[in-house]
Amino acid sequence: MSHVTDLPVWAALLVAFFLVLGSGLTLLGAIGLVRFESFYARVHAPTLGTTWGAGAILIASIVCFTVLQSRPVLHEILITIFVVVTTPVTLMLLARAALYRDRTEGTPGVPKDASGRD
Amino acid sequence: MTRLLPYPLLTASLLVMWLLLNQFSLAHLVLGSIIALVASQAMAALQPTKPRIRRWDKIPQLVWLVFVDICRSNIAVASIILQGRRRRQNSGFVSIPLDLRDRTGLAVLACIVTSTPGTAWLEYNSTNGNVLIHVLDLVDEQEWIDTIKNRYERLLMEIFE
Repeated sequence: MSHVTDLPVWAALLVAFFLVLGSGLTLLGAIGLVRFESFYARVHAPTLGTTWGAGAILIASIVCFTVLQSRPVLHEILITIFVVVTTPVTLMLLARAALYRDRTEGTPGVPKDASGRD
Repeated sequence: MTRLLPYPLLTASLLVMWLLLNQFSLAHLVLGSIIALVASQAMAALQPTKPRIRRWDKIPQLVWLVFVDICRSNIAVASIILQGRRRRQNSGFVSIPLDLRDRTGLAVLACIVTSTPGTAWLEYNSTNGNVLIHVLDLVDEQEWIDTIKNRYERLLMEIFE
């Protein structure tokens, strides 16, 4: 990272654009997490951070290190795959726990168990 | 061959991952191959059902579709958050009857639905094939059922079944 000044202007602009886009979307996701009213609505906000939020930051990283080292750095693609594959696991775990709690407490507005059991 | 390499795709992707995380060299190629082989043997001990991909040519179409939808829903969810409290809350649950039964296909569908901002996969009932999803901006329930069924499920069934 000590050679950041070697980055040509066009690449620096591109990297800055994607970094701002990614961190902005992640920030929006965090704001949404605070603002939304129910648990199920809150679940949606952080997905901004795990899709284009993380994606744009990773694109910025790819551009930066490809230009600096003149060779493709593919670690970012691995990170993308792991983020996409692991996010649903935690989300489903949280959502099912919330569903179970709400059904046990009999919170209104939550659909019954799809199999008809309670 | 099948005994040595029970999951050729898994072994190959583990090796590629190893080489990506380390600098490429002959030593890492050998070490990575050994680790990939041992790991796929461990996977075989778990005896998962082997996923079969029937239509490789449809995968780029699916990836593109998902990419476009993620872009669109990012903008949609970002604008919902920016509108803040002025906006009426109209999120809700949608129950969708699925015809897709292949486990890998369902896993991929769950990843797609969850990674798309604005929709979250909550629970799947394997006896009747109903899936419960939560939609942040629910205007028309039927529209969402059609979207999931026509856009993704049909394509996934072509690929996996």
